Amino acid sequence: MADAIFLALSVITIGSAIAALELRSLIYGAIALMGSLGGIAGFFLLLDSPFVAMFQLAVYVGSIAVLILFTVMLVRRELIFTMVEDKRRKFVGIALMLVMMVALGAIILDSGIKQITTDEAAVDFREVGEDFLTYYWPALILMALILSGAVTGALVLARRVDEDIGQRAN
Amino acid sequence: MRILANELIEFVLVSAALLAIGIYGLTVKRNAIRMLFGIEIVINAANLNLVAFGRFLPHSGGQTLALFSIAIAAAEVAIGLSLIIVAYRMYNNIDIADFRSLKG
Repeated sequence: MADAIFLALSVITIGSAIAALELRSLIYGAIALMGSLGGIAGFFLLLDSPFVAMFQLAVYVGSIAVLILFTVMLVRRELIFTMVEDKRRKFVGIALMLVMMVALGAIILDSGIKQITTDEAAVDFREVGEDFLTYYWPALILMALILSGAVTGALVLARRVDEDIGQRAN
Repeated sequence: MRILANELIEFVLVSAALLAIGIYGLTVKRNAIRMLFGIEIVINAANLNLVAFGRFLPHSGGQTLALFSIAIAAAEVAIGLSLIIVAYRMYNNIDIADFRSLKG
């Protein structure tokens, strides 16, 4: 059965995921999202994959959340603190979420996953590194190209074209 | 080597709950940055699934794919945020109902 660490981690992860979507201020929402991503890193540690956990902390909590925080601070104040949403749409959304949770949970609990246990040793991170450099090397190079293309594209998109062309913010 | 205390089904249930929360955020929220939060939560649910199944097989493919997925998610967030900034400059708002020319 679930132990205390697992329960605490799942409460942190799911609670701050809900808080990230529901808190009125986008800044607090971004910080709550950081908590959720950190909780996922904790799950990775529980699953004996410390390398993925550290990668998650470095990439998600370290860079993506900070990027989101800076973007949030670039938009106007009143946009950060106001929430515009339909009441009806919200109720339908909550109903959809509950139906999905119950249906997925029922399917998972009914399936044969319950019997799966393992007493084998965890995968060593050396094996992961070997995978990257042998079988997956074309994918690794492709990923490097995609990442550099994405960063270049983001810089080009967000660049200010000229002082007097277009409607600039403020 | 430490023996795993938790079962696979617990991780899969947490992952399903995160997926449902992320889809709720994607359907209800009209703020573009909040929708990005929803996408992040869905991607994390998928990563958790990958690593959990990779641990219980056990096979190194789960962790490798999770690492690829995290890296691609970083690229996706960078592009998404710069698109939001461009749209904010054009419409002076980040409400997706105001992005008229994106409606197709």
